[in-house]
Amino acid sequence: MTSDTEKPVLSARGLKKSYGQVVALDGVNFELYPGEILAVIGDNGAGKSTLIKILAGALRPDEGHLFVGDEEVYFHSPIDARRYGIETVYQDLALASELNIAENLFLGREMRRSGILGSVLRILDKSRMQQNATDFMRDLKIGIQSMDQKVRTLSGGQRQGVAVARSAAFATKVVIMDEPTAALGVKESAMVVDLIHQVRERGLPVVLISHSMPQVFELADRIHIQRLGRRVAVVRPAECSMSDAVAILTGAKSGNEEA
Amino acid sequence: MNMADEPRTNALSIRRRVRNRVAHAFTLPGVGAFTALVLACIYFSFNSQEFLTGHNFSLILQQSMVIGVEAIGQTLIILTAGIDLSNGTVMAFGSVIMTGLAVNSGVPPFIALIIGFLVTMGFGLLNGALVTQIRLPPFIVTLGVLNITRALTLIYTLSIITGLPPLMTAAGNTFNIGPTGVTYGSVLMVILYLVMYFVLKETAWGRHVYAIGNNPEAVRLAGISKTRLLLSVYGLAGLFYGIAGLLLVARTGVGDPQAGLNDNLSSITAVVLGGTSLFGGRGNILGTLAGALIISAFNNGLALMGVQEIVQVLITGVLVILAVSVDQMSHRGLE
Repeated sequence: MTSDTEKPVLSARGLKKSYGQVVALDGVNFELYPGEILAVIGDNGAGKSTLIKILAGALRPDEGHLFVGDEEVYFHSPIDARRYGIETVYQDLALASELNIAENLFLGREMRRSGILGSVLRILDKSRMQQNATDFMRDLKIGIQSMDQKVRTLSGGQRQGVAVARSAAFATKVVIMDEPTAALGVKESAMVVDLIHQVRERGLPVVLISHSMPQVFELADRIHIQRLGRRVAVVRPAECSMSDAVAILTGAKSGNEEA
Repeated sequence: MNMADEPRTNALSIRRRVRNRVAHAFTLPGVGAFTALVLACIYFSFNSQEFLTGHNFSLILQQSMVIGVEAIGQTLIILTAGIDLSNGTVMAFGSVIMTGLAVNSGVPPFIALIIGFLVTMGFGLLNGALVTQIRLPPFIVTLGVLNITRALTLIYTLSIITGLPPLMTAAGNTFNIGPTGVTYGSVLMVILYLVMYFVLKETAWGRHVYAIGNNPEAVRLAGISKTRLLLSVYGLAGLFYGIAGLLLVARTGVGDPQAGLNDNLSSITAVVLGGTSLFGGRGNILGTLAGALIISAFNNGLALMGVQEIVQVLITGVLVILAVSVDQMSHRGLE
């Protein structure tokens, strides 16, 4: 293994999860190190989504342990994961299309006015949320001028930009992205790839689930290869060819971990 | 960017913003309803000399106040992608309870009133609990509660309750603006609409009501309790039905067990006319007010023109389809 000197930010030991007869995870180990982009790849049914949902707090494992730093954690909901600074960008985006960009960025974490207006009448501080949203979207170089545009009016790439910005804005430890470019065109994908780099530059490690091998090899520092509910290998793009990685994930070649 | 560019960019962005605002105004939910309301008023005032009088407008307001207040609750529920078929019978049950307790059981009027409100809120919460806990579709839940409250009302009393205390008819009294008598209840309706408009727009709760109708999963993942949110919406709707019940009692001067049977569809009509999407997440509560006023204005104007009542019903049907079509088209224009 690499990065022996550093401790993982987020790690898991022996995760198991079954849906009735179907075993989705069969004792998975996982490590994410500070500042890295870790890609998780695998064929359909390899257990990528299940693994990611457990890390994000959206699912509870049947067995196994989850650690944030040295602390063992038990996530009962995505809210618990968030409390530990783990934010997730979901494949289906989880944006409310009739709310505007600022309202989506702050959904569930709204800022209220100061004084009685906020504490008793619970009135939102819209201008402060707009301003923060504008600043944040500018920092991430997402080219949207007006934060009071409804999300419904945005393109797929812009929506993804909003979803990524929301995670990056509130994450303090980890950003998890589930197929962030799956539904996007070439140009929009490039924009999101750019965003992922920017999130990393802010010092946040990223867990990236993707089907696109070229994208994975371009972006990732390390690649976690999942097969039949287990991690079969962890490789570095520099030390492993794309075809070898595909061979490992389809089972044509054995990985560097016990199968 | 250099300094010389800046004024030009500002002018451009101001022009763009103004244009966006104007374009935006035409795509707001409820534009169809407001347009129809204005056009109808113009038409009726040419065809009847009585239509465009303060007295008649006050009458239109007064005739719309019961459905209008019920439609506030209905709007909230429809925004969450639900529907409430039980509002009319819940209201009727609340109104016979409050009047019956005060008149027949000697409960102090104020206490009777509060009990009436608690009962309607209770049924609202029951709807909400069944929707959130047993996860039944709102249509089924409220259909059941429609029948339950209808039956409870008729079990409680088959006869009209008369001889009401002044507290319960006060909202039906009028005050004068110049020569025109305005009903307190209709003023209350308008105030309730303005308050709810503000709450929906300016509070996190209001934004969450829209968000849950849009994308319930987004609400869950954002860490908002769906159960608490929906319970508060259905419970608050129940309170509005109680207030509507008081307004009904105040307007008619009696507690009527047969009241409100068709109010579910009337209130849904007002909501839909007002441009709120039945799929939830999109709409404007002031549009509902316009919707309620349109129904009332049409019935009033057509009656003044001597049009038969059954033709009024027919025209209301056509109106619903027209107004919603206009809304749909303006909505599509935006995509």
